[in-house]
This record gives sequence, structure tokens and C-alpha cells, in this order.
Amino acid sequence: MSSASRWPEVTERGWFGQFGGRYVPEALMAALIDLEDEWSSARNDSAFARDLDGLLVNVVGRPTPLYLAGRFSELAGCEVWLKREDLAHTGAHKINNTVGQILLARRMGKTRIIAETGAGQHGVATASAAAYFGLPCVVYMGATDVARQHLNVVRMEMLGAEVVPVESGSATLKDAINEALRDWVTNVTETHYIIGSVVGPHPYPEIVASLQRIIGDEARAQFLVATGRLPDEVIACVGGGSNAVGLWRAFYDDSDVRLVGVEAAGEGLDRRHGASITAGDAGVLHGARSLVLQDAQGMIAHAHSISAGLDYPGVGPEHAWLAESGRANYVAVTDDDAVAAFRALASSEGIVCALEPAHALAHALATGHNGGLVLVGLSGRGDKDVATLAEYVEARSQ
Amino acid sequence: MTTLLTHLESLRSAGRKLLVPYLMGAFPQPDAYAEALLAVAEHADAVEVGLPYSDPLMDGPVIASAGERVIRDGAGPVRVLDLTAEIESRVPRIVMTYYNPIHRMGETEFCRRASVAGFSGLIVPDLPLEESESLRSVAAGDGLAWVGLVAPTSPPERIAAVAEATTGFVYAVSTLGVTGTRDALAVSARRVVAACRAATDLPVLVGIGVSNAEQARAAATTADGVVIGSAVVRAVLEEGAEGARAFLAGVRGGLDTL
Ligand SMILES: Cc1ncc(COP(=O)(O)O)c(C=O)c1O
Repeated sequence: MSSASRWPEVTERGWFGQFGGRYVPEALMAALIDLEDEWSSARNDSAFARDLDGLLVNVVGRPTPLYLAGRFSELAGCEVWLKREDLAHTGAHKINNTVGQILLARRMGKTRIIAETGAGQHGVATASAAAYFGLPCVVYMGATDVARQHLNVVRMEMLGAEVVPVESGSATLKDAINEALRDWVTNVTETHYIIGSVVGPHPYPEIVASLQRIIGDEARAQFLVATGRLPDEVIACVGGGSNAVGLWRAFYDDSDVRLVGVEAAGEGLDRRHGASITAGDAGVLHGARSLVLQDAQGMIAHAHSISAGLDYPGVGPEHAWLAESGRANYVAVTDDDAVAAFRALASSEGIVCALEPAHALAHALATGHNGGLVLVGLSGRGDKDVATLAEYVEARSQ
Repeated sequence: MTTLLTHLESLRSAGRKLLVPYLMGAFPQPDAYAEALLAVAEHADAVEVGLPYSDPLMDGPVIASAGERVIRDGAGPVRVLDLTAEIESRVPRIVMTYYNPIHRMGETEFCRRASVAGFSGLIVPDLPLEESESLRSVAAGDGLAWVGLVAPTSPPERIAAVAEATTGFVYAVSTLGVTGTRDALAVSARRVVAACRAATDLPVLVGIGVSNAEQARAAATTADGVVIGSAVVRAVLEEGAEGARAFLAGVRGGLDTL
């Protein structure tokens, strides 16, 4: 959508270096090729751009603010600016992607929408966009996540979506994507699958990244206005990786700006975690070659994170490529440190953020960053996580 | 020509409809697998052996839970290859696996092991033509025939390209969806077979959703044969090796009337 950075460049067949591609059953190939064609025609269509801008302004509520977290900065020992995606409609960055994809679905004449969700934020954003356009919507969600993100289940149902709990495997995001793909293979003729992160087969990682880069395009301009310069470091949490690449793409060419992705270290990297870049290796999951957590025979591991949105044993191919090329660095933050950062933000700024971006805040708190300027992607709000937090607090107080 | 194709061609030219049942490797338990595989092979022209995988996204509940069970019993892909190698083989065996276990082991190492384990063909349901070039060439070097899949959504140009790359048989996916039994053979089956026929002289077998003797017979009126998966796995689970043998004897009987 923007004419700015072409770096990293995705190839025609969806490769970011040696990562990406299209590892799907033959039945889906025609639909993916159609989607790719539709996407390239939409990108060159001013009516599509106008419709999308209208939705981003009037439905999503963009631009979201850039916010100087003054009291939090004192705790961190550096100046911390937050890109407030928690203030977007439905409470997370996920809606930037769903409004764009639903426009594509309509262009393709699709009459049914499906999605997977982990934290429930993508499910809510999809259900909301589907309701706005009057399209039926089915959301697959791991049974574990149905329990721990109950608020979002109720929201999706109120928005008219059908939520299907998935019991297989680890009953989390990975398994929800499997089930959504099974649905799509069966109903591909009339159904559009709105995937929720920069994962999946080509062209999904590129479409989602392009739709999410509005975060960084806004933030970069806002940062320049507010401070007269660029940040020293841009930090984002990484589940599948959509809020991170959405924030970063605008900064790829600013070689002095450090990009740091924060994965879930869960109970610790020697125990259960979700750090596919920090601790995984090359593999094929959900239609793309990327970095995954797996055993010696290629069985995908069960990830763990206190935050449902980072509880995923894979990551988008663009991140695998950024990690390999060294343009971005990745660290991992434990459940405990994420909760501590969540509390620090709540008590210093009065903001209840989601547990996913709390991982990014933990990294901002941890390093001090030599007193520099730090931009953190605050990808979502934390209403959904209050039950998890209450449980966490109770378990520690015993 | 691959040994698998030579074998299938000779049967086809003798007027026989081809029956290729599928069994999950190491199923129903590692120590009952040999008996099950021999029973399944008895009326078969080739047998498809599935390697268990953690995330089998083309599989419906029957085969997915068979795989989960095998993994719980401690049998991964390598163990299945080893176990299969020890079982006497009267018909060609084709290994069916998702791509990540191959990627993890390395294409060269995987094909070598599969070939040493006695397999003569390879089906990878999540590896479309565009991503399979290197694996196809490695497989060819190890005498593993490539089985290409054609779906109801495949346009003619893709069908021609898949057939061109195929060195075993063309697997015509009867319907949109995952593996599993269906009440009736999909109406799309006939159309997919016709589209494959227009593109190639290779044997064309219908699979996915072929559930009983009657459906197999209906599919094979235009196709060269059938692949039957979930119904076989379910028979092994519910009625044991003997039950699966009897089920496939019935299917064979139906095909032999054509
Ligand atoms: C608020 C929030 N942040 C981050 C994520 C992680 O996804 P991604 O890495 O694609 O941004 C999620 C996913 O559910 C989320 O809800």
C-alpha cells in the first residue's frame, strides 16, 4: 500500500530468502493463486485503497496514538513511546488485517468467512468485520484458549460468529489453524480464510504484512513529529509476527534503528515455551517453511506461553528471514517477567495491556537501552487476560 | 518406468481394476501391525502406508486419531519405516507422509531410508508441484515413484503439469475435503477422473471418501482403481485384521465384476 521500503522483498512465489513458499494440498492451490491475483489487482485499484482507508478511519479508528509513557520510562531508564494498537476498534492490531481481507473476500465473491484465533483478538476482529458486512463467520479456537480467553469467546458469539472449540493436539493456536485449514480444504469454493498473522502459505504472509504496515507507517511519522528523530530501538512481541512486521516494515531501511522481536520464553527456554526463532529450527508448518519447534523426527512440539497469542510453535517466514539476515534481533521473555511488566505498565500509566505486548514491555524494562529512545508496539488491551492474571496471582500467593 | 508403474500397468492391461488400501503404520499397535498390514495387503495391488504426523491437516478424525494413537505408542516415522521393512511384502508399498518429517530428516536421507525399507512409491499430500521438484528428483534416484494428486479445483493446466511429474499413478481426489468416510461417492469424482484422463494415459485412481464396495465399484467404472483409507483403518480398529481382510475381499469382489 505504501511506496516506501521494498526490503525484504518477497519473491513472486512467496519466498523471503529460503523461508516461505506454499506447502499446501493441491485442493488449495487454485484458491491461493486466485487470492494472489486478487491481491495484486486490489493493490493497484484506487477504489480498493479508498474503501480500505475509509474502514481504517471510520471503523478501526485510525490513526492510533503514539504515547509517551512518562512514568514507565522512569522505571525503564529510557524514554519509552507506545504505539497504541490497544485503542484500535476491538482492542488490538488484528483488525487492520481483517478489514482488508474482508474487502478482498468480497471482491472474490466469497460468501463465508472462517478464521482461527489464539487470544481471541483475531477472532473478535474477524467476527466484527464479518458482522459489518453481513457475512457468516466461523472461528476455530483451541479448547485451552476457549477456557482462558473466555471474554473473547462471548464477544465473538455476540458478534454473531460461531466459535468451534478444537480439542486435538495441544488445543491451542496451532491446532485451531489445522482445523481452519481442514474447513477451508472442504469449503474453499465459497469460503475465504482470514488468517490472523503473517503465517501460512503464500500470499498470506505478504498480504497480512502489507495490511499491518499501517502501524509502522503511522508510528514512524508520529515519532518524527514528536521527537524530531527516529527511535533507537523498536520492540514488538512475536507470536506469528504480524504486529512486529507491521510496526517494523516502515523502519527496514533505517539501518540505525534496531529492531527487537520478543518471543515467549514461557516457563523458561529449558522448559515449555513458544520461542520458535530463539530456540527452534527450520521446518514446514501451516503451509510455509520457517522456524518451528519440533522433535528430532519433525513432529511439531506443543508450545507454551501464559499469553495465548504467543503460544505457537512457529513464526512467519519474514521473521525467519529477518533473523537470518540479522536485520532484526530476537529475545525471549518468561511468563513471570511478562506479568511483572504488565503490572508495571498498569500501575505507572493506568493502562491494562494484553499479556502479549507485556513481553515487549518486559524487554524495554530489562535493558535500560543506554537511556535512548525506545518505541514499543502495544499490540492490544488486556481485558481478555484478567482471568489468567487472577489465576496467576492466586497460584503465587499460596 | 518405475517398478510401481510397471506393476500397475501390467495389472491394468490384464483388465484388472486396481485396489490400493491405506493403513497407518504401526497401527493398531506396533506389535499388531504386521498382522494388520498382511491382511490389508491380501486383496490389494499396492498398499499405502501412512507415517504418523503431529499435524495431519489433510486427515479427518479416523486417520488423525489413528496417527495420534501410534505416536502415543511411541512410534514415529523412523520406527514405522523400520517396522514395515521387517514385514514380508507381496505387493508394492507406497509411503504416505506429510512433508515436515521428510524435511527434518533431509530429502536424501528420507528417500534412502524409505527405499531400504522396501517402499517403491511416495505420496506427500501437502507438497504441491511447485515445491516438490527436488524431492521428486531425489525420489527418482532411489526408485521411489512419485504419486501426483489432482483435486476437484485443479484447472486443466495444473492437471497436465501434475501428470507430467507423476511416475506412479495419478491420485484423483474425489471431493473437496479431508480423509474420511462418506455416505455416497461425490459427484465430482467422475469429473475429476475425466479431467485426468484427458491429460494422461497413466493409471488414475480415485481416493478420499471412497468408503465401501459399492462406492469403489462406482468410482472404478471410469477410473482404473481406488484408494481406500479411513474405511480400512476403521475396520482394523473395530474388527481387527480379519475384519479388514473381509472388508477388502468384498471390495475386491465388487471391482472384479467390472
Ligand atoms: C494483542 C496481541 N498481540 C500480539 C499477538 C500475537 O500475534 P502477532 O505476532 O501476529 O502480532 C496477538 C495474537 O493473538 C494479540 O492478540
